[in-house]
Amino acid sequence: MIRIALEKREDTSPWMSLLSPLVAVALTLVSGAVMFAAMGIDPLKGLGVYFLSPVSDGWALQELAVKATPLVLISVGLSLCYLSNNWNIGAEGQFVTGAICGSWVALASHGAVSGTPYAHLVFPVMMLAAMVGGAAFALIPAVLKTRFSASEILTSLMLVYVAELLLDWLVRGPWRDPKGFNFPQTVMFGPEAQAFRLMADGRVNIGSVIAIIVVVMAGVLMARSLKGFEIRLVGEAPRAARFAGFDDKRLTWAVFAISGALAGLAGIIEVSGTMGQLQPSISPGYGFTAIIVAFLGRLNPVGCLIAGIFLAITFIGGENAQIALRLPLDVTRVFQGMLLFYVLACDAVLNWRISLVSAKGASA
Amino acid sequence: MTMFEAVLLTIVTAATPLLIAAIGQLVVERSGVLNLGMEGMMIMGAASGFAVAILTGNSWIGVIAAITAGMGMALVFAVLTLGLAANQVASGLALSIFGLGLSGVIGAPFIGARRDAMPKLDLPVLSDLPLIGKLVFGQDPFVYAAFGLVIGTWWFLNRTRPGLVLRACGENHLSAHALGYPVLRIRLFAILFGGACAGLAGAYLSLVYTPFWSPGMTAGRGWIALAIVVFASWRPWRAVAGAYIFGGITILQLHAQGAGVRIPSQLLAALPYLVTIVALVIIMSRRSGQQTAPGSLGKPFVPDR
Repeated sequence: MIRIALEKREDTSPWMSLLSPLVAVALTLVSGAVMFAAMGIDPLKGLGVYFLSPVSDGWALQELAVKATPLVLISVGLSLCYLSNNWNIGAEGQFVTGAICGSWVALASHGAVSGTPYAHLVFPVMMLAAMVGGAAFALIPAVLKTRFSASEILTSLMLVYVAELLLDWLVRGPWRDPKGFNFPQTVMFGPEAQAFRLMADGRVNIGSVIAIIVVVMAGVLMARSLKGFEIRLVGEAPRAARFAGFDDKRLTWAVFAISGALAGLAGIIEVSGTMGQLQPSISPGYGFTAIIVAFLGRLNPVGCLIAGIFLAITFIGGENAQIALRLPLDVTRVFQGMLLFYVLACDAVLNWRISLVSAKGASA
Repeated sequence: MTMFEAVLLTIVTAATPLLIAAIGQLVVERSGVLNLGMEGMMIMGAASGFAVAILTGNSWIGVIAAITAGMGMALVFAVLTLGLAANQVASGLALSIFGLGLSGVIGAPFIGARRDAMPKLDLPVLSDLPLIGKLVFGQDPFVYAAFGLVIGTWWFLNRTRPGLVLRACGENHLSAHALGYPVLRIRLFAILFGGACAGLAGAYLSLVYTPFWSPGMTAGRGWIALAIVVFASWRPWRAVAGAYIFGGITILQLHAQGAGVRIPSQLLAALPYLVTIVALVIIMSRRSGQQTAPGSLGKPFVPDR
């Protein structure tokens, strides 16, 4: 019987840590080709639709920016959580709650402020409300973790279902557009409540700019501030952090609040920037995909930006493949899951020197 | 059959997949591994079980396919977390995302197909007894299998030597390793057992509970099974209580919706999830809650040869 033996690496070369996500992507593409061949599709054509068509022209690139924005925003926040060993996997719920809270501002001010000087305030206030809503929703698992030691993994995930049902109730019940022919959706937001478009006839909105600003701010926070050091220390050496006098409970609240706020922000940007109204389903799973983005980006803000763009390609590629190759949309998820497998496997190569040994007599 | 009897019967069918999955996960966690891929393994079981049952026309072959699919998924998780010492939380999440996607691809051609639910046991006299007849002697084979699993797991963990060794690996893998036990091999078997149970639970959903396939049909049951393990303080018999409480809540909210209770149906549908959170808090806020968790739970182990 052959087994895998691991030996701790003394030093990890920076080149390898840059290379490992690229290797993971390459392995995913190869596995994808095999999968397409197994499904009776020309592998090159399949990969072309999935990974090249989303970057083929200007219109597609705009769509890419729109899809990457929520992924980048959410994954930057999740990276802070994961670095400090807080497993927030309920970003999808925080995304939805943020969208609900922001939309509440849009609906409450609907038709009341257009034309007045206050109209310019509507969108900033919506973003603020979304961030507060997302943060508050994320603080529930954080407080349950610090106060009762309830697993934040399970509580944050359960709250995703709760948030989705709350949204469902709102758009079918109290917030339904009375003139909407009974469709489960709210009224279209007024122009003052829609995210500012960067180009008059384009799709890209101010959200993409905000995402880049957030990446820069998070990069500075992690590299240059005491808080950034604290986050990394609590994750890597919790005992040392406690001796250094860092309060890990307050840090848990902080990273959950930040990641919830960013997920909420992503939610309102998505709703006001691309849909213009609330619908029963507002996310193709951005909150879950962002987990993969965070790991592919090596829990680094700039890495999240690049990884976010890459995973946005899979979303658009999946939509294109549904039309061009009649593939079910779930193929996108298969790609995303495989990618995370490979990222984790490549990380193991970074941390351990791997060799195959035959385990005769010796047992692991 | 009275209404009361009908409700009790449906609670049993709602609780059974939760119980099977929870028992599998319980053994995995007792060996010191946290596999968050439950949802993915379960839905893969549901999809492949249904697909194979339709293709072969035999539900039992479907069940075997479901178990195999669950174990295959579990093997991927084992390679990552045992072979490569990868982060268990992230690997489990990857397994769930991957399983939800792949099950959709496998199940796509079978949407809309139907099969008769697998038959229930029907004993000549016993099944016709009033009240308890259908409840105790008229269930489908899975219900009895679930209880068989509970008894077997309890006996294995508490009354056998391999069970003791498995628990030792979960409590302190360094000590177990120092005593010469093959920690990784034991964990591999535990993970595979967990995958088999998850696949079986999935097969129950698509072959008995709702005898058709729909994407995402597990609807968080894999995650609730994880919560039940905590709720049960990692003990098999308490998992029965947990599974039946959650099954009961699921059914009662369905009946409340059907009866037109003047509460938004979405609030009722959210109940199982909210109750899960409350249950976790109650269990963990008791001082003993934390101490019962296996000591090495979720920590990767690398033997130093």
